[in-house]
Amino acid sequence: MAYSEKVIDHYQNPKNVGTLDKGKKNVGTGLVGAPECGDVMRLQIEVDDATGVITDAKFKTFGCGSAIASSSLATEWLKGKNVEEALKIDNMEIVEELNLPPVKIHCSVLAEDAIKAAINDYRVKNGLEAIKFEESLVH
Amino acid sequence: MSLQLPIYLDNNATTPCDPRVVDAMVPFFTQNFGNSASRNHPFGWVAEEAVDYAREQVAKLIGADPKEIIFTSGATEGDNLGIKGVFEMYASKGNHIITANTEHKAVLDTCKHIEKLGGEVTYLDVKEDGLIDLAELEAAIKPNTILIALMYANNEIGVIQPMQEVSKIARKHGVLLFSDATQAIGKIPVDVNKDGLDLAAFTAHKMYGPKGVGALYVRRKNPRVKVTAQMDGGGHERGMRSGTLNVAGIVGFGKAAELCRLEMEQDAAHTSRLRDKLENALLEIEEAYVNGHKEHRLPHVSNISFKYVEGEGLMMGFNKNIAVSSGSACTSASLEPSYVLKALGLGDDLAHSSLRFGLSRFTTEEQIDYTIESVRSTVLKLREMSPLWEMYKDGIDLETIEWAHH
Repeated sequence: MAYSEKVIDHYQNPKNVGTLDKGKKNVGTGLVGAPECGDVMRLQIEVDDATGVITDAKFKTFGCGSAIASSSLATEWLKGKNVEEALKIDNMEIVEELNLPPVKIHCSVLAEDAIKAAINDYRVKNGLEAIKFEESLVH
Repeated sequence: MSLQLPIYLDNNATTPCDPRVVDAMVPFFTQNFGNSASRNHPFGWVAEEAVDYAREQVAKLIGADPKEIIFTSGATEGDNLGIKGVFEMYASKGNHIITANTEHKAVLDTCKHIEKLGGEVTYLDVKEDGLIDLAELEAAIKPNTILIALMYANNEIGVIQPMQEVSKIARKHGVLLFSDATQAIGKIPVDVNKDGLDLAAFTAHKMYGPKGVGALYVRRKNPRVKVTAQMDGGGHERGMRSGTLNVAGIVGFGKAAELCRLEMEQDAAHTSRLRDKLENALLEIEEAYVNGHKEHRLPHVSNISFKYVEGEGLMMGFNKNIAVSSGSACTSASLEPSYVLKALGLGDDLAHSSLRFGLSRFTTEEQIDYTIESVRSTVLKLREMSPLWEMYKDGIDLETIEWAHH
């Protein structure tokens, strides 16, 4: 299966690889997937408390090229958005942007799940209730 | 000589044709195009003579009599004909087959088909080095057992089963022994008499011959073995495999078999030296492990897991330039990694992190040096991106984490 050029570009030059300080109250961390399934994504956001804007986002991913590209793209999209806007990121937008084939849609789902998990972690750390999301369709 | 890219190191999937094989085949497409079953004119005679000669070449490679070679379309057909053919032919003797769960799909799925037909199949586990337990094999034999179907060498890890020991057990209990010897024949000495094989399937395209042609060895004496044909037609190949013979392919198969017989020693020395160089260099990477028994193994295969990086992602780092294969299948249809690696008891994480390197007589030192550097740098780059590697480095036991399984 040939990868799209955008997937290859994110794989070769991933954006925002790294780790944010989990100890900080304004950092939310989402860790999704499982080693047994061949994908684990960790996505982190740093939120400006005053404005609710995501000022930084980092990821680390264990997985195929599409999983790496999906998480790299997600961090790019997150930066500069506020938390409410970030919640609206849909996995199908990732699929379209990266031209993921049907067998790789689960990579985009994982990225969406990682965003939501990171936001919930941030919310809980700041005394807010975790948002209940519907179960992912794929998985 | 400058290095040509891409480099092919997936020789367990298929090998390139040796140019000498192609040269031998070419006249049989144009001038000598006859049907070997045409008994009444020179076109048929020439084709028949060529097939007979190839049958001798193939037989000689495995110490068989030419009459014991049934040409097929490949190893999958040989597996089907050998196993289903015995199941049908020996129905009055019993209906139980013993095999192992690291077999190729062509054997496993044939066995599943036989179960649907009312047959009984025992799937043996293997030990963590990939070898079967001989005591377990013997204990699995029952009064209704008719066949042991065990691969000679495994396609993913290259592990060689102790066929002579297996054969002794089979003989002792009057059970036939079938072997899918696709990966072994042409690469290591296989002798159907010394090894005590009653049936063996193999194919040309794993030994520098063309695709679309293979053989089933069927023993003719001590004991005389028969298989029920699985395809009806003109009764070619002693009635065991109907269908006009692929004359050009068979000629190529014969030539390939002859070259493997004559050059086996030097091929094995060449591939094992480069394989060991590759393997030793890659094992210098932290948390890298060889899968399968390191000694009882084909000379040209190495299967290595690089912990904390995923195989498909790893291949993407160099697959424009280097062709290998991975035990990982990261698709929504199948998130299951290699069943062979799982049968060794590898965790799914290690199974997802594996690469298989298969060398050939054409592999060069420069190619191996390039591969070592590319694989090493990609593993290191992906580990910097891997949350699992970071956790490992932080001393976190990954087993203690509650993963969101999907």
